[in-house]
Amino acid sequence: MALPPGSLLQLTPQGLYCRAAEAWIDPYRPVSRALITHAHADHARPGCGEYWAIGSSEMILRKRLGAAIKLNAVSYEQPLNIGAAQVSFHPAGHVLGSAQIRVEAGAESWLVSGDYKRCADPSCTPFKPVQADVFITEATFGLPIYRWQSGAEIAQQILEWWRSSADHSSILFAYAFGKAQRLLAELAAIGVSDEVLLHGAVEALMPAYRCAGVSMPPTKALSMVNKGDSLAGRLIIAPPSAHRSVWMKRFKFPQTAFVSGWMAVRGARRRKGYERGFVMSDHADWPGLISSVKESKAQQVFVTHGNSDGLARYLKEVEGISAEPLNADFS
Amino acid sequence: MHRFAALYNAFDTSSGNNAKVAALLKYLSESKPEDAAWALHVLLGKQGKRLITGRRLLQICVDQSQLPEWLLNDCYAQVGDSAETISLLWQQAGTCTRQPLHYWLEQLLPNAAKLKDQEQAAAVRQLWNGLNQAELLVANKLLTGALRVGVGPGLVVRALAQLTGLDEALLQHRLMGGFKATAANYIALVAPATTAESVPSRPYPFFLASPLEIKDPEIPLPNPPNNWLIEWKFDGIRAQLIHRANQVFLWSRGEELINNSFPDLVAAAANLADGIVLDGEILIWPPEAELPGPFALLQKRLGRKEPNRKLLAELPASYVVYDLLELNGHDIRSQPLSQRRNALEALIKPTATSCLRLSPRLPLDSWEQLEPLRQKAETVAAEGVMLKNLESPYLTGRKRGYWWKHKRDPYNLDAVLIYAQAGSGRRANLFTDYTFGLWDPEGKLVSFAKAYSGLDDAEIISLDRWIRSHTTERFGPVRVVEPLQVFELAFEGLQRSTRHKSGIAVRFPRIKRWRKDKIASEADSLKTALALLA
Ligand SMILES: [Zn+2]
Ligand SMILES: [Zn+2]
Repeated sequence: MALPPGSLLQLTPQGLYCRAAEAWIDPYRPVSRALITHAHADHARPGCGEYWAIGSSEMILRKRLGAAIKLNAVSYEQPLNIGAAQVSFHPAGHVLGSAQIRVEAGAESWLVSGDYKRCADPSCTPFKPVQADVFITEATFGLPIYRWQSGAEIAQQILEWWRSSADHSSILFAYAFGKAQRLLAELAAIGVSDEVLLHGAVEALMPAYRCAGVSMPPTKALSMVNKGDSLAGRLIIAPPSAHRSVWMKRFKFPQTAFVSGWMAVRGARRRKGYERGFVMSDHADWPGLISSVKESKAQQVFVTHGNSDGLARYLKEVEGISAEPLNADFS
Repeated sequence: MHRFAALYNAFDTSSGNNAKVAALLKYLSESKPEDAAWALHVLLGKQGKRLITGRRLLQICVDQSQLPEWLLNDCYAQVGDSAETISLLWQQAGTCTRQPLHYWLEQLLPNAAKLKDQEQAAAVRQLWNGLNQAELLVANKLLTGALRVGVGPGLVVRALAQLTGLDEALLQHRLMGGFKATAANYIALVAPATTAESVPSRPYPFFLASPLEIKDPEIPLPNPPNNWLIEWKFDGIRAQLIHRANQVFLWSRGEELINNSFPDLVAAAANLADGIVLDGEILIWPPEAELPGPFALLQKRLGRKEPNRKLLAELPASYVVYDLLELNGHDIRSQPLSQRRNALEALIKPTATSCLRLSPRLPLDSWEQLEPLRQKAETVAAEGVMLKNLESPYLTGRKRGYWWKHKRDPYNLDAVLIYAQAGSGRRANLFTDYTFGLWDPEGKLVSFAKAYSGLDDAEIISLDRWIRSHTTERFGPVRVVEPLQVFELAFEGLQRSTRHKSGIAVRFPRIKRWRKDKIASEADSLKTALALLA
């Protein structure tokens, strides 16, 4: 469904639009002014006149969108006046520099969650509940089968898996921006200090995390390892796109695993052809989605991304919260 | 139970066979005999009966979980497996029931299955409450009889051999004829080898042939043809016929006792001397007929637990014998095939017309004649030829190098995808069950074969996407798709059939290739398929 006519936020072909701020939130086409929740490619796209985003995402945004973009780097909770609207960015706990964006004008306040999660993550600022009249939430994992264990528990499982294979290399496939660095930070948090090798795509995002002071084990690009050197017993982190690609040729019988919330379902792991799946996500699980909706105290909720129909129906029928799926193509 | 769940988890997360064997070895060495026995029972796939359906378990879950039924159904659709869905949803850690595996399988689970309605629901929930997620999954799969572990009997035997120091062949033999899960049976299974190991009914493990891959047609095998016993590969079912202690036992390769289905063969075998074990093939083959009937006729016999007199007269079975494993009560499997064959020919006369027939020895003077012989297989209702090294002992399982099967080429046809249906289990989210059609004389597609396998994961996913966007009609779970995609199907055999709309029944259809290069009008017609029948 569309947003109510005349409300503070509207859906336009470019994306979610706030007339009062003359700005779009995570627009999917070039616009004059873009408020960016976080630097993932489906939220931050090139070609906009100016960008507003959290300062710790600046390095990654410039890397991805171009060094010369016009970027207003802001801090969490900093009150901003953009056009006729009061705008503020709040921690979303998703990846480094990720934010929920709150917009207020006249008597209306809206909160756009972007991507978020509720469990602890040593690589970024933790989610902070914010209140607003209307809440637009994601629902990537909007089914009650998705409930996450803590990152520390998963890191322990990964460590055991890695240590069990001294003769071969262990390749972890994880999204290059966010998940890969969280993995490193989670490993450091349980005391791992061995050097970890990185695929080029992961390596490219490391400076931003190192600059932000995130504590991680020492890392090195795989390309810096001499061709003949043994990779036995080493942990390598690579993006999922490298799985079964020519990049894998370098390894003799590696053990492989995929780190993702989708790995909670065994069939999903088998379909993707990974030997092992570790369940770790940077999106909210089912309890996290429900509690975030409740804590926003919103009178109206719109649900996008993933199982938007199901979560909206559940909120309406079981929790008695006015909620509708919002069929915006955010991706 | 939690140790068994951990074992299941170890199987599920370890890729190599060695790791799986090591996990099983550890489990067995730490288990009491009664638990080890049940673990083997489950791992060997003996646990056939479903105690409670997955649907019923979901119902029990939804009644308590405060989730609306539609949401539970959405979850199930995502997971594709009721046991796993519940393991992901059930979040009530109660008092821990640390009961051993045998107690679960002998008491807790069957008792819960016997109850009805509310009492059953309460009992099942109580079981669930004491389990963590991994244990829940295993317990539910034991209830629904759907626990698949990806560990074949070969690995189980390997672990047992490492545990006991016994020969794998001996263990395999001891496991034959059905392993009942009791402590006493497990203790007997792992007991040191003794000289006299005789249980009259116990069959020997079957020795299996490998498919022959010919690289050089002039020398398909290292030594000349006169070193090999050449036979037809008949299209029936493999069986072992035992006459010991004045009793007859007929075992299928699936280790099922099939005496009841073949009283004619059992009666004939009772006339053999005592202490004899034969290996051979069951076919529908009247004693006076020159050629055996097609496999479909045999299926009719197999479909009846106990055939009546009329069926026995209509479809008389024959047992084509090709090997002798025991003579006068002595295991002669270590003798070379040439000797076993001589003894077999003395026992079963090549000339006799009875329902016990000797597998004919086919003459082959040079390897050049092999291919024409193979092509001829069809004309004698055989699937191909067998090549057995005359020096080979009767081994167990599939050991390459001694016995080869050389099947005639399977049939191929290009057919059009017309219907699709979602798979089950891990493929519940994907359209993986396909129905294919061939052109009839009026230019309509007639459904002709169903196939589930043959595509790789990437193709399955891309075809699934295509199906979703090219659905024209839905009948329940079945989608009718636009008749555009052509697939090359391979199958082992064709038969006329009145039950099929196309008039043809196919055996073992599988997808060979996705013919993206072909358009639907270029697919084969029913006429082409019927020509293959002739
Ligand atoms: Zn994101
Ligand atoms: Zn996103």
